[in-house]
Amino acid sequence: MPRYTDVICSFCGTLCDDIEVSVEDNRIVDVKHACRIGTAKFLSSNDLEHRLLKPMVRKNGKLVEVSLEEAIERAAEILKNAVKPLLYGWSSTCCEAQSVGIELAEELGGVIDATVTVCHGPSVLAVHDAGYPGCTLGEVKNRADLIIYWGSNPMHGHPRHLSRYSIFPRGYFRERGQSDRELIVIDVRKTDTAKIANKFVRVNYGEDYELISALRKVVNGGELREESVAGVPKEEIIALAEKMMNCQFGVLFFGMGLTQSYGRHRNIDNAICLVRDLNVHTKFVMQPMRGHYNVVGFSEVLGWQAGFPYAVDFGRGFAWYNPGETTANDVLQRGECDAALVIASDPVSHFPRKSVEHLAKIPLVAIDIHPTPTTQIADVVIPSAIAGIEAEGTAYRMDSVPLRLRKVKEPPEGVLSDEEIMRRLLAKVRGEAPKLEVEAR
Amino acid sequence: MEVTLITGRTVAQGEEMEKGKTGEGFKRACAVIELDPEDMSRLGAYEGDEVRVETDVGEVVVVAKKSRDAPHPGVAFMPLGPWANVVVGEGTASTGMPPFKGIKARLTLAKGERVLSAEELVARVYGKE
Repeated sequence: MPRYTDVICSFCGTLCDDIEVSVEDNRIVDVKHACRIGTAKFLSSNDLEHRLLKPMVRKNGKLVEVSLEEAIERAAEILKNAVKPLLYGWSSTCCEAQSVGIELAEELGGVIDATVTVCHGPSVLAVHDAGYPGCTLGEVKNRADLIIYWGSNPMHGHPRHLSRYSIFPRGYFRERGQSDRELIVIDVRKTDTAKIANKFVRVNYGEDYELISALRKVVNGGELREESVAGVPKEEIIALAEKMMNCQFGVLFFGMGLTQSYGRHRNIDNAICLVRDLNVHTKFVMQPMRGHYNVVGFSEVLGWQAGFPYAVDFGRGFAWYNPGETTANDVLQRGECDAALVIASDPVSHFPRKSVEHLAKIPLVAIDIHPTPTTQIADVVIPSAIAGIEAEGTAYRMDSVPLRLRKVKEPPEGVLSDEEIMRRLLAKVRGEAPKLEVEAR
Repeated sequence: MEVTLITGRTVAQGEEMEKGKTGEGFKRACAVIELDPEDMSRLGAYEGDEVRVETDVGEVVVVAKKSRDAPHPGVAFMPLGPWANVVVGEGTASTGMPPFKGIKARLTLAKGERVLSAEELVARVYGKE
């Protein structure tokens, strides 16, 4: 029975690299160390009932099974005939597939965007304005004595983040692990992460910006005139600011609670300035809690190939980046794109209604491992292998550290990797004979 | 009753999503609204009752759940997924980011009404099967 150690989990941005997987007859029979979500992902590769196995094309309103060649031909036709196709998804596949996808977007003169747009897009905008005082997770593990999660609930979104990098592990300068560290959670609700924190600060919904400003005021030696800000009493804000100034190495992890709430990128902008202010007193860093396992990789690869981190429009013949205009939801809600390719993502579940209404009107190509609401409304569906389980590749952890995804089992018969599907699609769009690296079984 | 609705990930949503979105488990994990216990009393809803969530852009029927993260009166939480996104509003305020949190929503009791599966919901709202 093959047993693989140090397998990378391809679910969230924590990219745990200590998973042990046992495989028997091409079935994963045991998963060790992974969280609930990671385990479900590894085991789901066995569940062929809930997998996409055959390519499908919509004919007379119904999706019917076709050959892979026919599906790719139809997909290429849809994309070539479009004036402005949207190529969306990318965060749950490897960098190699993303790279070919960007080439395809350029070839088509389309818009390419990833799930960055609905998670830390606003953080990227803030970084453009104010810089990025970051670090690696290894530094957090070895040095941090004050850990703050703001608008982030890793107990649900990144279940092993606390045990691998932030609160629980023993580090070089934090030999006693949790006893050497303090955890503060700032959130609207007392989340499961807040329940285990040393201190929970409840902030009124939509008033994070005000609280950050109040903290900056205290850190910079000012005096608060209000008795409470954003629902937090003055004394509590002063105590929190002092704790931040007096720690040895502080880290601010932040999530969707800041990027999706009122203020969006301005919240992050202000938080970056708070971290800058704190560095007058001590060492302080911040780190966005990236959701999908390779959402950082997309920004890296698009950065090398097009010069921008997300939301690039190639319609002018060169890379044009203007978030708010070239971002997926804006392009969809303006009804601007006339075809779409979605890979490794499910915007029909995760985009707001108005965006999906347009997506349902235009020809749609979906590449995924499972049937999803997106494959349900698609016109071409191509099944793919699960990167990190059935295909190798590179992915970037949330702190921009690249790790090599491993392959522990074979994909279902006839199912190709995202990279190979993208290569064949690109070749078809260019009218070239595909360079077959893997023969379809 | 009016609430501020926020949407986001839960560990159950993540787990069921990875198992496959066509299953009953995905609906159980996502077609819910977590309410402050006081808000539940005000609404007259008990754990497991169907509740209609209405915003300016649409409505959806989901199951009421008592929040374990209370107190947060006036704030309701839905796991991300097709049910929540049917009621998420338009626009991105020129940031690219839709308003996934802080949505003004009206809640009414809808006892006995059927909660649609993801497949049924998508077919009904977007007209594709």
